[in-house]
Amino acid sequence: MTVLDIKGITKSFGSLVANDNISLTLSEGEVLALLGENGAGKTTLMNILFGHYVADQGEIELFGTRLMPGATDAAIDAGVGMVHQHFTLADNLSVLENIVLGTEPLTSWKSNTAQAKIRLAALAEEFGMHIEPDKLVADISVGERQRVEIMKALYRGAKILILDEPTAVLTPQEVDSLFATLRTMVARGLSIIFISHKLHEILAISDRVNVLRRGCMVGEIATKDANRDSLAEMMVGREVSRPKVEHMEAGAPVVEIDNVVVSGGRGHKPLLDGVSLSIHKHEIVGLAGVAGNGQSALGDLLSGLRAPTSGSVRIAGDTVKDYSARSFIATGIGRIPEDRHAKGVVGDMTVWENMISENLREKPLWRFGRIIDFDACREFSRNLIEHFDVRCKTMEMPTKQLSGGNMQKLILARTLQNEPRFILANQPVRGLDEGAIAAVHERLLAAKRAGAGVLLVSEDLDELFALADKIVVIYHGNISEPLSVDEVTAQDIGIMMAGDLGHGKNLNRAGVA
Amino acid sequence: MRLEPRESVSFWLVLLAPVGAIGVALVLTSGLIMWTGESVFEAYGHLLKGAFGSRFALTETLTRATPLMLTGLAAAVAFRARFWNIGAEGQLYCGALAATYLGTGLVTLHPTLMIPLLFVGGALAGGVVLLLPVYLKSKLSVDEVVTTLLLNFIILLFVNYLLEGPLRDPMSMGWPQAAAIIDEGVLPRIMEKSRLHLGFIIGVISAVMVWFVMRFTIWGYEIRAVGHNPSAATFAGISINLTVLRVALISGGLAGFAGVTEVAGLKGYLTLDLSPGFGYAGIAVAMLANLHPLGVIASAIFLAGIYVGADSMSRAVNIPNYIADVMVAVSVLAVLVSLMLTQYRVRVR
Repeated sequence: MTVLDIKGITKSFGSLVANDNISLTLSEGEVLALLGENGAGKTTLMNILFGHYVADQGEIELFGTRLMPGATDAAIDAGVGMVHQHFTLADNLSVLENIVLGTEPLTSWKSNTAQAKIRLAALAEEFGMHIEPDKLVADISVGERQRVEIMKALYRGAKILILDEPTAVLTPQEVDSLFATLRTMVARGLSIIFISHKLHEILAISDRVNVLRRGCMVGEIATKDANRDSLAEMMVGREVSRPKVEHMEAGAPVVEIDNVVVSGGRGHKPLLDGVSLSIHKHEIVGLAGVAGNGQSALGDLLSGLRAPTSGSVRIAGDTVKDYSARSFIATGIGRIPEDRHAKGVVGDMTVWENMISENLREKPLWRFGRIIDFDACREFSRNLIEHFDVRCKTMEMPTKQLSGGNMQKLILARTLQNEPRFILANQPVRGLDEGAIAAVHERLLAAKRAGAGVLLVSEDLDELFALADKIVVIYHGNISEPLSVDEVTAQDIGIMMAGDLGHGKNLNRAGVA
Repeated sequence: MRLEPRESVSFWLVLLAPVGAIGVALVLTSGLIMWTGESVFEAYGHLLKGAFGSRFALTETLTRATPLMLTGLAAAVAFRARFWNIGAEGQLYCGALAATYLGTGLVTLHPTLMIPLLFVGGALAGGVVLLLPVYLKSKLSVDEVVTTLLLNFIILLFVNYLLEGPLRDPMSMGWPQAAAIIDEGVLPRIMEKSRLHLGFIIGVISAVMVWFVMRFTIWGYEIRAVGHNPSAATFAGISINLTVLRVALISGGLAGFAGVTEVAGLKGYLTLDLSPGFGYAGIAVAMLANLHPLGVIASAIFLAGIYVGADSMSRAVNIPNYIADVMVAVSVLAVLVSLMLTQYRVRVR
């Protein structure tokens, strides 16, 4: 039985056709994967389903009834639940309060907590999901938060569940547990749309795959007939070539972190708890770990934004005394921030203004004391834009209008043109499409060939295994021994990400024996 | 009804939006005028004539615009860096105090040195009072809105004390006013038979200089970056604290200038009613100008025109001059809405 029928949806924004005559159907008890790069039109389609946009053409039927376009509650009332990539939970409320939020009538004075709790327990039982309703959301793990999001949808009576990039923040083990939950849900007659660009997960969980590319539905295939390469090609529209990693002899250490502690403030656990790590010339070290285990503190430390509470950092053999972004840039540290919108660029300033931000104090870019030499700056930016293939209409446009990939290329260009000896690449390809990912990776590998040491922080194990020479795992502010990528598997890293940092040591010892 | 971002914003739209907004504000305010039973056209006619309709009206408007321009710049510079300096009123009085201290006989120099000395002293005084809010903000994250606002009252009461005590002019017959600025320190009139003085030119030059600094220098770049996205600015190696300190000194200095122009240009001596809220009106001036330094020139003249014109209107027809405050407030709201509409378009369905 068809529960969702999307018929010929077209939606354009100005000259951009975000959805071009898209049709898809979802049957009861089915997992449908929606595959597509960023900007392929997945989000637009979902926004139309939930009434945030009105389609120019086409219509949507839910359980045989036509959906009123532009009515934001219609899809939810009809039984569609969405779990967003970025959770929509209130940290300072309990799990139960988050789930009940918005479901209770405005006219009643107090919330009927007892009854809600019973219903929640019944739902948790039915779908085999363990949740603790009285805990604060701030205190639970990312995997648990996702369960709360799913539970929120189920509590509202969802029959169709849409998951947007649900595995981005999970360890491999948590992904397995999510998939088990999804299978239970499907067995009980729910239907699922699984939005992702991770091919192996799509192959593992879905029954059918729909591929979107540049706003068009380019293909539909039963999962059993698909494989990784065919899906990748359908998604990107050409064969995908991954950059080749060549193994190089690591040179002298460029950055040495020695027993660094970063305090988390009074009454909190330290963010970094005695971390030691060296990154050498011609070497990419991958840092794996579930988000929130100290990556941000380590990133800030190596960006010059935060001084260690104790311990030291040496750059090219010299102990750092001045923990400031400016001195780090001056000593040859290149930084690619975790959140490019928040830290990487000033969105309201122009492309060229962002391009010069780290070189602003250099003589050629200004004259007569402190007056900016616009011609020199534009020339400087023009070269970088060309060399790094940053696509923008004009360099006078506000940087916030760049696509994610081009914004990242801008940051890369700005960073790499200083020829840093060390590059902190913090989630460098998050949210980018395949083409941009390949470009960013190629640049990092080229920097490594040229002699830079790279610390690659990523939540995507595939990326780490594809690029890194060594992998370290961070958990609760502690860091594991470095492990050669040839000696570990994703499963091992997953075990370590879940807290057993010693797991890697055992592996090595076994290898030696 | 929903807002959709515009893909491109034309230059003319940005330029014409405030003009349209002020038109809307005048239409909205005409409702109140009709309520008084007077003719809207007649009232606005008197207002326009009183503001710009004669040589006298025009020079009065420009004279009134002088302090507004400087306090408007003070707000515009600070708000660009998201440093919410609400204390221009107090800083204005500090500038006036400095001018009084230096200019009532402490030193006597040739006017070409005396006048710059008063301005430098006034700017320093205006800037120095912001050091405390800046320190509290940088070290303890104390909200500068609160500290700068409350400093206004402290400074005003302090000036009150000085005027009742140590600074009171013995020749003032008991009125709380300070001694007059010596002749060498008085700002020369720039038009005959008018009150328009050198301060107006200083205001315009200040606006141009602020614009130049914001647009063409590394300081300006840093101020804009800090204002738009402090964490990205920090990441790029710009010191937030240093930038805020600079901005505060510039902002306080400009407000101090306004105190100097009023004492040494218009009134001649310090009294407690030197400023009828120029510091606060400066915020409206800056908002009307969308924080653009050159726009401040126009919006200060516009605001001054409304105030001066409303006085004249209230003498001619039976409408209280408080209508000026309503018009200014409605204009600010209308301009803020119009600025949003230059970035977004409204879709009604």
